[in-house]
Amino acid sequence: MDTINDEKPRVVLKEHKIIPNMPTRPTIFDDVFDIKVFKKKFSVVIVRYEHYEMEFDLIGIHPSLVNAFRRLILSDVPSMAIEKVHIYNNTTIIQDEVLAHRLGLIPLKADPRLFEYHTDEHADYMENDSLEFELKIKCTFNKELNNSSYDLYKNNNVYSKHIKWLPKGNQSKLLKGIDVGPIHDDILIAKMRPGHELDLKLIAVKSCGRDHAKFSPVATAFYRLLPDIRLVQKVEGEAAERLQKCFSPGVIEIEKNVDGKQVAKVKNARYDMSSRNVYRYDDLKDSVILSKVQDHFIFTVESVGAMASDVIFKEAVHILKNKCLSLLEELQN
Amino acid sequence: MLNDDILKPVKEIEEKWKLVPAFLKIKGLVKQHIDSFNYFINVEIKKIVDANNKVTCDADPLFYIKYTNVYVGMPDVDEGFNISKRTTPHECRLRDMTYSAPITVDIEYTRGNQRVSRTGLLIGKMPIMLRSSNCILSEKSEYELAKMNECPLDPGGYFIVKGQEKVILIQEQLSKNRMIVEESKYGIQCQVTSSTHEKKSRTFVFAKGGKYYLGHNMFTDAIPISIVFKAMGILSDQEICQLVGITDLRKFTPTLEECHVSKIYTQEAALRYLGSKLVAKRYVSSASKMKTPWDEARDLLATTVLAHVHVEEYNFRSKAVYMAHMLKRVIEAQLNKNALDDRDYYGNKRLELAGSLLSLMFEDVFKRFNWELKSIAEKTIPKIRATQFDVIKYMRSDLITNCLVFAISTGNWTIKRFRMERQGVTQVLSRLSYISALGMMTRVNSQFEKTRKVSGPRSLQASQWGMLCPSDTPEGEACGLVKNLALMTHITTEVDEYPLIRLANNTGVIDINTISGDFMNAPDVYVVFLNGCIIGVVKKYKRLIEWFRLMRRSGYISGYVSIYPNHLHRCVYISSDGGRLCRPYIIVQEGRPLVTKAHIHELEMGIRSFEDFLHDGLVEFLDVNEENDSFIACYESDITIQTTHLEIATFTLLGVCAGLVPYPHHNQSPRNTYQCAMGKQAMGTIGYNQRNRMDTLLYNLVYPQAPMVKSKTIELINFDKLPAGQNATVAVMSYSGYDIEDALIINKASVDRGFGRCLVYRNSKCILKRYANQTFDRIQGPLIDSATNKPMWKHDILDNDGIVSPGESVENRQVLINKSVPVLSSAPGGGSTSSVEYRDVPVCYKNTEPSYIEKVMVSTNEEDSGLIKILLRQTRRPEIGDKFSSRHGQKGVVGLVVEQEDMPFNEYGICPDIIMNPHGFPSRMTVGKLIELLAGKAGLVEGKFHYGTAFGGSKVQDVSEELLKHGFNYQGKDFFYSGITGEPLQAYIYSGPVYYQKLKHMVQDKMHARARGPRAVLTRQPTEGRSRDGGLRLGEMERDCLIGYGASMMLVERLMVSSDQCEVDVCNKCGRLGYCSWCNSCKSSVQVSTITMPYACKLLLTELQAMNITARLTLTHYCQ
Repeated sequence: MDTINDEKPRVVLKEHKIIPNMPTRPTIFDDVFDIKVFKKKFSVVIVRYEHYEMEFDLIGIHPSLVNAFRRLILSDVPSMAIEKVHIYNNTTIIQDEVLAHRLGLIPLKADPRLFEYHTDEHADYMENDSLEFELKIKCTFNKELNNSSYDLYKNNNVYSKHIKWLPKGNQSKLLKGIDVGPIHDDILIAKMRPGHELDLKLIAVKSCGRDHAKFSPVATAFYRLLPDIRLVQKVEGEAAERLQKCFSPGVIEIEKNVDGKQVAKVKNARYDMSSRNVYRYDDLKDSVILSKVQDHFIFTVESVGAMASDVIFKEAVHILKNKCLSLLEELQN
Repeated sequence: MLNDDILKPVKEIEEKWKLVPAFLKIKGLVKQHIDSFNYFINVEIKKIVDANNKVTCDADPLFYIKYTNVYVGMPDVDEGFNISKRTTPHECRLRDMTYSAPITVDIEYTRGNQRVSRTGLLIGKMPIMLRSSNCILSEKSEYELAKMNECPLDPGGYFIVKGQEKVILIQEQLSKNRMIVEESKYGIQCQVTSSTHEKKSRTFVFAKGGKYYLGHNMFTDAIPISIVFKAMGILSDQEICQLVGITDLRKFTPTLEECHVSKIYTQEAALRYLGSKLVAKRYVSSASKMKTPWDEARDLLATTVLAHVHVEEYNFRSKAVYMAHMLKRVIEAQLNKNALDDRDYYGNKRLELAGSLLSLMFEDVFKRFNWELKSIAEKTIPKIRATQFDVIKYMRSDLITNCLVFAISTGNWTIKRFRMERQGVTQVLSRLSYISALGMMTRVNSQFEKTRKVSGPRSLQASQWGMLCPSDTPEGEACGLVKNLALMTHITTEVDEYPLIRLANNTGVIDINTISGDFMNAPDVYVVFLNGCIIGVVKKYKRLIEWFRLMRRSGYISGYVSIYPNHLHRCVYISSDGGRLCRPYIIVQEGRPLVTKAHIHELEMGIRSFEDFLHDGLVEFLDVNEENDSFIACYESDITIQTTHLEIATFTLLGVCAGLVPYPHHNQSPRNTYQCAMGKQAMGTIGYNQRNRMDTLLYNLVYPQAPMVKSKTIELINFDKLPAGQNATVAVMSYSGYDIEDALIINKASVDRGFGRCLVYRNSKCILKRYANQTFDRIQGPLIDSATNKPMWKHDILDNDGIVSPGESVENRQVLINKSVPVLSSAPGGGSTSSVEYRDVPVCYKNTEPSYIEKVMVSTNEEDSGLIKILLRQTRRPEIGDKFSSRHGQKGVVGLVVEQEDMPFNEYGICPDIIMNPHGFPSRMTVGKLIELLAGKAGLVEGKFHYGTAFGGSKVQDVSEELLKHGFNYQGKDFFYSGITGEPLQAYIYSGPVYYQKLKHMVQDKMHARARGPRAVLTRQPTEGRSRDGGLRLGEMERDCLIGYGASMMLVERLMVSSDQCEVDVCNKCGRLGYCSWCNSCKSSVQVSTITMPYACKLLLTELQAMNITARLTLTHYCQ
């Protein structure tokens, strides 16, 4: 009764544990990977594609593969970030290292695919492997203090917009049209008071998230399994309303049946966030079965902004491909 | 109608806890230090000077000095040439000076035959407590404080001596001048420690072999008490019995018999008897020579025995009554064991604060100062000189200054006149975190020896309730001896007795001198004590108590006067002395608390302060003793018709450190104690002025956060403004094997983004001296390498002036200050300064990890020598082995740093910062941590802070409801995916934010290994300790293991080869040591052979030889 018999691989969310469900047919968990079968079964559905964020479904794929993509996005897809800070003058209260650390975490608008890795630490930074910025700012008293502006100081807050790009070589030509610099203008870097001064040269390089989290191209990338909710008993009246509140909004719908009674119905289980709050009510406990489909992934990529989310995912696929190729090559030798 | 009103349950006064911040504004926490110091410098110092105001001299009867007044000024520094300027505490901290103010006196004295008066004469400098009335920080606005580089949240209450912040710890003592009846070696005894300004003595009345005696260290033997009574002029046995109130004469007969046996019937005879029992004085002064033992005994009886009971004109009546009362208590205790007093009871304890300790010290040194003046006068006046003797020239200010500074800086409290010597009275204020500094200000140190194994003084006393924190005590040897004040505790300062005596007399107290002993011991008569002295008896004791309380509530007498009856003793005790613990309570009358909602509303609007509550008689202070005579309700619902008082807020029974723990009432109690110790080691922020400080060691967190789950205490003590920790998202699950034994798994991405990142500041300093022979220390610019024309590596970071430049990175053994000192500094003479030879003594950086130079300070210190301080900075990110702890005594080291991709993640894509193993919970029972996590999580989704205040706070039910509202699991357990396999985890994971503290113990400061390295000069064995790059000792127990195992070669290798192996020549003929294959005693090299032995052994042999003991070695071939 509390199991679902169909062909999909599932996990069932019990009150205190998560148990696998026995599908009626062999699934991708049982089959040997075959590219032809995979091609036939696999599908991608893009659900949401916003500015920096993207949500898409990967259906009919083994979790290890999806996880590989997730892992690659987090720590293998490269991006640009400030790595070296030359401090010519820093009279602010913020310490040099802390300032450098903060600057490093600022996401930069630069396509890492146009750059190469800076491998030799002692080599000079070239136009093909680095970006150079400048942050020169000085805080003063606001001399034109009048009624319209209450600011006592000028430049007392250093924002990311104060970072200026210094094109190297023919970078200005190469990267024309792209506004190189911080993605967000309003990231607070430091606070200053009159007399404080910053004079920095910043060098951004290409690297990957494994090196430092600042090189990760995404805020986060993750997936979840498609939830499936089944009502096995009729839930009516007040209980139906309670049931609705146990799930994320839009999951349970209340319909009026012919008798005029309110009956709960599963509308869209997709956006249930597995809160499992039904188990709080003893009377509702047995009327639902919560499960998740194990080969249907709802993948979310939240890009930091340097690259579009889909590009990042494609990059990850590309990296996996290259890795496989180099492995094969190694195996052959 | 009225009855109905009483039967109704009392409505809860909402927000009545708001009285706590109002209270803390005027009293509590560190204010008691400040109050006590203020009392000392404004009142007590005048009394002391007044009591010792005249100095005379035996050589000239006309000579005298009379102090007419004394003042303590504002802190200043001497800038040379007798110019002084105001100073700020921060300047003193930076320049290693003492924050002290001049003590000036007005005097009147004779110069020759003239009478001269002088005002404003400096006699010394008094270290000034920060934020006291004479500190320049008192009553300054935040802006003014910021201008002076001072943190507005810094509590003050400490001293700055030679640049160091010193706290005079609160000292706990048994109260003075009170009777304590207890069991001793012989039987029951009653003991009184009398203490007056001049004398300190201890008197016993005890029973031994059916007789009663008086004991005092002035007498060689115990004196039968009846003889003492006779010596005090109570001659008739009947009167003695009446005074004592003997009911069973048979018990007292043997004592009375003593008189008759010794044939003592008159006062004179009794005094003569006492005179014969006196302890022989070590030195006899000319004045006491004149006295007969008889006289002397009378004097001692008047001044030393029970010194605190005043005797005027040798009228011993009050003292006899007092002694009779002591005897009565002993007799009562013999019949009834309940009448024994408890030494550990807090009503019998007094806390000594900075003010009273300093006043003892000052009085002592002031007496010495006067004595020195006197002896100078005695020596100088008889000499015939050209100028007249002017005593002012001999009034040097350094005696008092140095004595006070020495006492505070070393903590050695030596009071000569009481023969008191105490160590460790002061401690350096711990500035590890704000909490550690605040915690130190509330610390109470017990005088009890740490080594004795008695549980009584260490265990939690019921009378500590609300006064001392039940959680905050260290573990180990000082457990239970070092305590901390609770949040609302106030320590009283002395109140004048005279008005109290008058009030008592007006309310029916009959003077003791006017009544007979019979009346005194009548059944309905209560004896009235004021500060341990009998002032009289009263018939209607209830009326007396009521009157006193009424007068106190209406403000006619001080609010800190306490009065309570003891029915067992049939006494009423009134106390107005200093050092009693007390705390405020809401007064309840006829089952109604006097504080109402309207009052609280007025408080919120700011038109009513805590003083108004006191003044209006709504709230009053109760000390421990009076608390025991009251019926106090914790909550409004507990109020009955008998209730006299209501608790203001229950969470105030905890102290400052325990107040940080959220939901402490859900934790196993030792866990709260552990957190109290760890909260002091957590790094974070120490004050708004932390960047201006140049401490020897200072830890800061780069991104400190206020905790998600706060408590009222946290807000009251401003921990949320100066936090020490970060809210980490914690998943309670097991992960790999690197999390056993409380180890934590942390997320590398979190670390990359700044979690647990800390700054470590250290300083390096150097003093540039000037010497008597016109030479001085100098600093020179960097040495230039002639080959490259660049500074040598060691001097690479030096500026042209020879001091490192700020911002540079220094590595191990690089020079910070290139100082050199003259070779000849002591020899004076005509040597020209140009040809002085210098020796380099550079200040080097010693640490394997490099540091950055934060700043350099060049200044001068008090002695006008140059002072250079360099502040070094390191930024550290967490690494494996760094110690972290939550606020529930759950400490752990980082076991593994994991990439974000390997971390589990939930449906929202959240990765934990820390993974904690669930095995930490069952045995520790820190349910509070579980609730903190839940409340924190609910706070996140709701966007507010939850409260985990002790005995209150957000309820789990409400918190769960909030989570539910936002679509989270109501139990706080989320569905997680493994970051490694990508599949769902089989269990739901309890996850959410928990406030984590980074503790000061970091691997970088501890890691140590050695293969070869330095050796001690004497023994040639490897040095000890990490700082000296020492070896790891194979100790005795480890040695025993190897012996047991039979690994003899291993032993030889560990103990000799790898330690102090040494080859020595031994002469086979004489058995002595030789050298260079030559035996010096046989004068031959025929039988000398070389053997290997530990150098320590060789050293022993030679040292023995030096003492004329020969140890001879007999060698055999080891194959034989």
